[in-house]
Amino acid sequence: MNEPLPRLDAPGGTERRVPESRVPESRVPESRVPEHVTAFPAMLEDNIDDLYDSAPCGNVSTLLDGTIAKINATLLVWLGYTRDEVVGRKRFSDLLTVGGRLYHETHFAPLLQMHGEVNGVALELKRADGGRLPVLVTSVVKTGSDGQPMLIRSTIFDARERRAYEQELLHARRAADAERERLRGLIGGLQRSLLPDVVPTPPGMQSSAYYHMASADRIGGDFYDLFPLPSGRWGFFLGDVCGKGLAAAATTAAARHTLRTALAFNPDPAAALTYLNNVLYQDHDSPSHRHCTVILGTLTPAPGGCSITIAGGGHPAPMLLRTGGTLEPQPTTGGTIIGILPAPRIATRTFDMTPGDTLILYSDGLLEAHAGDRDERYGEEALQDFLVRLAPTSAAAAVTALTELLATLGRLDDDVALLALSLDDTAPTG
Amino acid sequence: MRGMDVRARNHVTFTGREHGPVVMLAHGFGCDQNMWRLVTDTLGEQSRVLLFDHVGAGRSDLSAWDPDRYATLDGYARDVLEICRDLDLQDVIYVGHSVSAMMGVLAAAEAPELFAGLVLLAPSPSFIDDDGYRGGFSRDDIDELLESLDSNYLGWSAAMAPVIMGNPDRPELGEELTTSFCRTDPSIAKAFAKVTFLSDHRADLPKVRVPTLIIQSAVDAIAPPEVGEYVRDRIAGSRLVTLAATGHCPQLSAPQATAQAIAAFVAERR
Repeated sequence: MNEPLPRLDAPGGTERRVPESRVPESRVPESRVPEHVTAFPAMLEDNIDDLYDSAPCGNVSTLLDGTIAKINATLLVWLGYTRDEVVGRKRFSDLLTVGGRLYHETHFAPLLQMHGEVNGVALELKRADGGRLPVLVTSVVKTGSDGQPMLIRSTIFDARERRAYEQELLHARRAADAERERLRGLIGGLQRSLLPDVVPTPPGMQSSAYYHMASADRIGGDFYDLFPLPSGRWGFFLGDVCGKGLAAAATTAAARHTLRTALAFNPDPAAALTYLNNVLYQDHDSPSHRHCTVILGTLTPAPGGCSITIAGGGHPAPMLLRTGGTLEPQPTTGGTIIGILPAPRIATRTFDMTPGDTLILYSDGLLEAHAGDRDERYGEEALQDFLVRLAPTSAAAAVTALTELLATLGRLDDDVALLALSLDDTAPTG
Repeated sequence: MRGMDVRARNHVTFTGREHGPVVMLAHGFGCDQNMWRLVTDTLGEQSRVLLFDHVGAGRSDLSAWDPDRYATLDGYARDVLEICRDLDLQDVIYVGHSVSAMMGVLAAAEAPELFAGLVLLAPSPSFIDDDGYRGGFSRDDIDELLESLDSNYLGWSAAMAPVIMGNPDRPELGEELTTSFCRTDPSIAKAFAKVTFLSDHRADLPKVRVPTLIIQSAVDAIAPPEVGEYVRDRIAGSRLVTLAATGHCPQLSAPQATAQAIAAFVAERR
């Protein structure tokens, strides 16, 4: 059995009063009684009533109807009232601001009633002079020996510092939100600057493109373009620089302009791609070096349609959807990734497009999209099944269908670029 | 079909005696139908008790919340009528707490044929003092309240409730709070507060033609005693019962007395 604890005001307590002419601690030899033990009797001097009254927190006890029955001096000083103005005259909710009073009535009191205690609720006290004091209130219901509620005891902590701190946190949060929005705006703008504003349309054809950013916070490395060349020919490409972020963006910008320049000098796609390889390879020892995969093509109008020559380096096969409903993948098998070898292998192939045909270029972010909730990737086979059902289609319709497909796929880890070209059914020849 | 929608929209639940008279309990500002939990057993002995959450509160369908529809109490009163009609309820005894008392006044004025009686628990037709009328709050008070809502103070408190009550030893406390009790979306709570505290439906009181009982606490920090008398004096044939209870929520602070007063009124109506 536990013995009752000694009362702080028990007889004898005063006999252990600390001598006023106590030897300063620094002079007390090691063998003497430590200071905290000699100070302990001073603790016993701490009067329980004084502790209640001048505690560093507000203490208030109310009847169940909220009438204030007992209140300590600390809280009276905070509020600016005398004891007589409050005890038996005011209810706890009278001390609160209107918002606090409503919160007290509609939330605090029901919770206290339900649980018998409510901890650390933020309220504001209204001082006698009209000022406000943010506080944290903890209340418990004190029950009698019969278990019936008798009164409510509340402890009130000055929360000015904490409220100021919370305001700081709120401001910091808002500032961070604004910064993130700004950053996203910058990244989105930078991403757009790496792509043509509008994809031009060759005569007798349709063109369409789409770019999906996997992350609004990181710039991706996919790129595409479509542009006129001398003699009625057109150049186009779609590529994917490895990695993300600013280094990838720099390589993306370089690749796009290098390819446009190279095709302007030399209309052979393989030569242009080799030229890009050599440019990227110049930095192969540098930490900022990036490689890429690309499909680069030229389009030459021909009687009854056009002739396409593509060169590829490590990029997924473009898909040619014939107007009759067949799907003809155009792989550039054997082409190596651009920028990692001093002498790359570039695979080329040439095919014709006739009216109603649609050519679709895409980046591998599409193939690597997570299908639904599962871990498996979407893959080329699923893409082919999807595309063959679209035929006959057009550039715009195919890109719209693929965009909708992307929305239904689960997680997209990587950016996705799409570029489609289609020959109008009534395309003029030559 | 529509009945199913209304049930889900307002999270309608039934308890009590299946073939008893229908007692429809409408919660007020702040919490949800759990506010009634201490009176449903007593009421359910004789009555079929219908509980529901206003759209935006408790487990109502938050997607049904529409700032235009719920910009006035009429939108909420329409919900009450839709629940009665879609569930094909008759001779309903509507019990509205606080702001919901006025929803009942509006609903009964529009469709008295649906209601056998109204119980207005701690009602207030207008919270703002006016010439010869004491609503309990000055216009400045209400402006201050709305300001504090604008600074999201109350919303913050509500959002903090799960944290405040987070008690590793008794996780069910935090769980209960977050899943049902007093859970309100802060932006909806703010809109509801504006409707609640800026509405003035004093002129609608005389339109009530169904038997009406007014119940109030002797001490209520939100609706002063004069308000109960004011309501009684303007609804023909109504009665006022003042409970020896404290607070704006007598169904929590004096559940037995509240339930008995409602049950006696229900028994008279049969």
